[in-house]
Amino acid sequence: MTTASIHIDGNAYSVTAGQSLLRACLSLGFNVPYFCWHPALESVGACRQCAVKLYRDEKDTRGRIAMSCMTPVTDGMIVSIEDPDVRKFRARNIEWLMLNHPHDCPVCDEGGECHLQDMTVMTGHTYRRTRFRKRTYRNQDLGPFVNHEMNRCIQCYRCVRFYRDYAHGRDLDVFGIHDSVYFGRHEDGVLQNIFAGNLVEICPTGVFTDKTGKRHFVRKWDLQTAPSVCVHCGLGCNIIPGERGGELRRIRNRFNGSVNGYFLCDRGRYGYEFVNSPSRVRQPLRRDGRGEHHKPLRSEEARALFADILSRKGRVVGVGSPRASLEANFALRALVGPEHFFAGMADTELALIQRQIDIMKIGPVPAIPLGKVATCDAVLVLGEDVTNTAPILALNILQACRNAPMARADALHIPRWEDRAAREAAQQVKGPFFLITAHDTWLDESAELVFKGTPDDIARLGFVVAHFLDEDCPSVAGMDGDRTDIARTIARSLGQARDPLIISGPGTGSGYVIDAAANIAWALRKNNRNARLSFTVPECNSLGLAFMASQAVDSALAAVERGAADTLVILENDLFRRTDKDRIIACLNACKHVVLLDHLMHGTASLADLVLPVGTFAETTGTLVSSEGRAQRFFQVYAPQGDIRPSWQWMRDAMTVRGTLRGASWRYLDDIIAAIAGEFPELQPVIDSAPPGAFRIKGLKVPRETHRVSGRTSIHADTTVHEPKPPDDPDSPFAFSMEGYGGKPPSSLIPRFWAPRWNSVQALNKFQSEVGSDLVGGDPGCMVIEPNTGEEPVYRQSIPEVLAPSGSLVPVPLYHIFGSEELSMFSSSVAGRAPCPYVALNPRDASRLGLSNGDEVEIAGRWRGPVVLRAGLPEGIVGVPSGLPGTGAGITGGRVDVTKVTS
Amino acid sequence: MLSILKTLWLILLHTFRRRETVLYPEEKRRIPPRWRGRIILSRSPDGKERCVACYLCSVACPVSCISLQAAEDEYGRRYPEFFRINFSRCIFCGFCEEACPTLAIQLTTDFEMSEYVRMNLVYEKEDLLIDGPGKYPDYDFYRISGLAVKGKGKGEGDEELPPVDVRTLMP
Repeated sequence: MTTASIHIDGNAYSVTAGQSLLRACLSLGFNVPYFCWHPALESVGACRQCAVKLYRDEKDTRGRIAMSCMTPVTDGMIVSIEDPDVRKFRARNIEWLMLNHPHDCPVCDEGGECHLQDMTVMTGHTYRRTRFRKRTYRNQDLGPFVNHEMNRCIQCYRCVRFYRDYAHGRDLDVFGIHDSVYFGRHEDGVLQNIFAGNLVEICPTGVFTDKTGKRHFVRKWDLQTAPSVCVHCGLGCNIIPGERGGELRRIRNRFNGSVNGYFLCDRGRYGYEFVNSPSRVRQPLRRDGRGEHHKPLRSEEARALFADILSRKGRVVGVGSPRASLEANFALRALVGPEHFFAGMADTELALIQRQIDIMKIGPVPAIPLGKVATCDAVLVLGEDVTNTAPILALNILQACRNAPMARADALHIPRWEDRAAREAAQQVKGPFFLITAHDTWLDESAELVFKGTPDDIARLGFVVAHFLDEDCPSVAGMDGDRTDIARTIARSLGQARDPLIISGPGTGSGYVIDAAANIAWALRKNNRNARLSFTVPECNSLGLAFMASQAVDSALAAVERGAADTLVILENDLFRRTDKDRIIACLNACKHVVLLDHLMHGTASLADLVLPVGTFAETTGTLVSSEGRAQRFFQVYAPQGDIRPSWQWMRDAMTVRGTLRGASWRYLDDIIAAIAGEFPELQPVIDSAPPGAFRIKGLKVPRETHRVSGRTSIHADTTVHEPKPPDDPDSPFAFSMEGYGGKPPSSLIPRFWAPRWNSVQALNKFQSEVGSDLVGGDPGCMVIEPNTGEEPVYRQSIPEVLAPSGSLVPVPLYHIFGSEELSMFSSSVAGRAPCPYVALNPRDASRLGLSNGDEVEIAGRWRGPVVLRAGLPEGIVGVPSGLPGTGAGITGGRVDVTKVTS
Repeated sequence: MLSILKTLWLILLHTFRRRETVLYPEEKRRIPPRWRGRIILSRSPDGKERCVACYLCSVACPVSCISLQAAEDEYGRRYPEFFRINFSRCIFCGFCEEACPTLAIQLTTDFEMSEYVRMNLVYEKEDLLIDGPGKYPDYDFYRISGLAVKGKGKGEGDEELPPVDVRTLMP
């Protein structure tokens, strides 16, 4: 990185040489208008909007107009942005772009946060001079997520560049010729790519807009927002939820350079509707006996009843939740006592996650921040279907795959930001990306080499790769020649890479797979200090919960079964997703009291004696620990109506009534956070993950509402003309108000991206230290796992045995981005994309068992579904979809028989 | 002395002048048509609601007395699900009318809105919507916007070309 000195409109600046001039200008804070350029997609020079004037030397007075996005920064450059000629050029250019733009901003969902509006105002074009008629297009139905209004298109090509080049989608393209090019599918239909929702933010105008948002549309300026963290997988992507009138309206991406960058997956973007779901529990419910219906209860009565249940000298156990905040779980742990606190996941899952934590903790290979995955140049995925369990990780892997082929562009001296040319130079060459999984995945076609096998096969192959990288690693006996060759190829590529990355996770249910991944990473580390590791986790706080508990659901149920417990307090959890259905029903019936604190009505809720309504991520403040070990605070977006309260407050109050526990002193959320840090020294960074509730800037809180929010004196006027006082929020530095500190808050407290003249999401440029890099003041979040990088690794030795062939099949969970996650399935748009329960079989296995497509089969006596033949599934495996509603816990481990159901 | 006499004389003359005071409410004054009085929502010439729920009036309102919620019918036409003006807060500045891109919200010559109960000054959409186009008889937003609605397909609006045929190879 060399620096260059450039002169812009007479002033000298020092910038990084070699980057595009547009990026340099934007980083310096100049308002250069642009359309086709995007910090993540870089330059193609399609829109001609970012024109600037370049001068040969000091004597050159005439200069020449050039596109800043296609011009590399060189030392001594003389540039003018404000020259009258070039200003006129930009104004004329936007006039051309607007020739056919329809007169429909009032009915366009982009209006008010439209990049095209911003740029039009910025260049000064105000009046349409052409007398000719406007071009029109027919729209397409693109499915439940994205709305299409093609008339508004300005042909910047950002959508296809994101969809095809960046996200490897196939079904969106550009059609037609000359001035009638069309961006869409070849016919109406659902956009297949799981990142399609990003088109909403990528499109500089309103061609692609949020279809779910149309049902309850409000403008950006009316949304109440706060920084939040996505709860639909373990990656911890940063989001900005927007609320108005007690209803969550939408999710937008919140840039975090170390985590999700510019993009979200569709589950994260559209799963939010569960917050508005009719299945929400909005008031306390109790039932007097088994089989009775739930009856609503007043809040005070519920509080008293909860305290009463706990004080009845019962033997209470608490079941925590991997989808509840650290604070809520800790409050439950304090309520029932550490020895009676159980993690709300299957015991096997807890063991896997704790194994991952151990590997990350003892080191020496650190977990990679999600945002840095795209910089790796060789990737090995071991066992995990990242597309469906950690989607944004998959998107970043796709970018990492480009790095090695890009060496060709580098050799031709083509800067990588010159996107079209660099991609042309790299051709379709695949980078060193290796997939060792139990079934076919979406990433297969991007991988250089794909191996499919049972979880044990995956682990064994992993161990061989590790052995090739370091002789000290245990070797595997009895590997056949093909697999040895595969392992050797992978080991060679990983060994040659500059930044190799090993990805694994608990998806297969096998601890051996995780061990094998650790061995590979550690073996790589011996010769390459850049080697990195990444583990996924199933839920948003799986990792945080694993820090707090040593036992899980199965142990809790065992305690009930042996009579050691008769009262169950369940926190934000549907036990039916965790383990065997009959066992849960028996245990719940055996308990004297079952108390559930949750926000949705589900199977467990319908069997609970007392249900307490708690806030979702949008209605509470708390901390989540993501799969890489990053503690991130999510902030309450709005004050819920009715009796909905944060989980920790229900439990705090119960403790206060009992007058026993230290919970009585928990006045604010920060008190709990301090208690967590006191109890678990490794969770100390949680305190620093965001400023405390008492944090003020110039004595002011940060406003959740924009300065131009509307309707304050009429929105409640149908009930009262006296404007109610906004609720207080002692737990966070935010106010439920438009009043407060108007400047830019610290990076973990940015409630929305807006800057004067930049109303669209592109205002983000003004919040970054350099365009496209981290946020000013550093990316939010604190790592709770710091590996001991000096340590010499102790290789994992246990290698799975080869099982003797038999007629039984190995069950493997199949994950679905739309379907496998609990909360998003309460969102109608996501639920519409989910599959029905099925059983996947290799066609050869199926014919051996005498089964054909659609036959109803039963597995292990408890899982039923129609057979779906899937050639991508290796022989000897039966695929069972994981987490679909009503199907209960998945089946992993061992071998099962698939039997046809004859009815 | 002279000035006092002059003043007395002038006042005496005034007793013979025509009376300026209007005996309101028995007698009504003529109000100019651009008077900024009670706010109404008008309809387009085809009788449909003009308001497309764009939220511009509500954001322009300096006292934040307008609130509404956008909704969309099955053909893609936008309308306000509710539209509420709290006239006990309204200062009749007319910014909402200026901001309105569809000429739906208009200020009228009616100003007689006194109430004993403030709550009665909260007007909902049913109270605001009139049956005609108000001051602008001909304007129809959907005729000139690119959006397709019921009765107007793509390319059928004013100043619009027929929809592009993507599959043609003709230059």
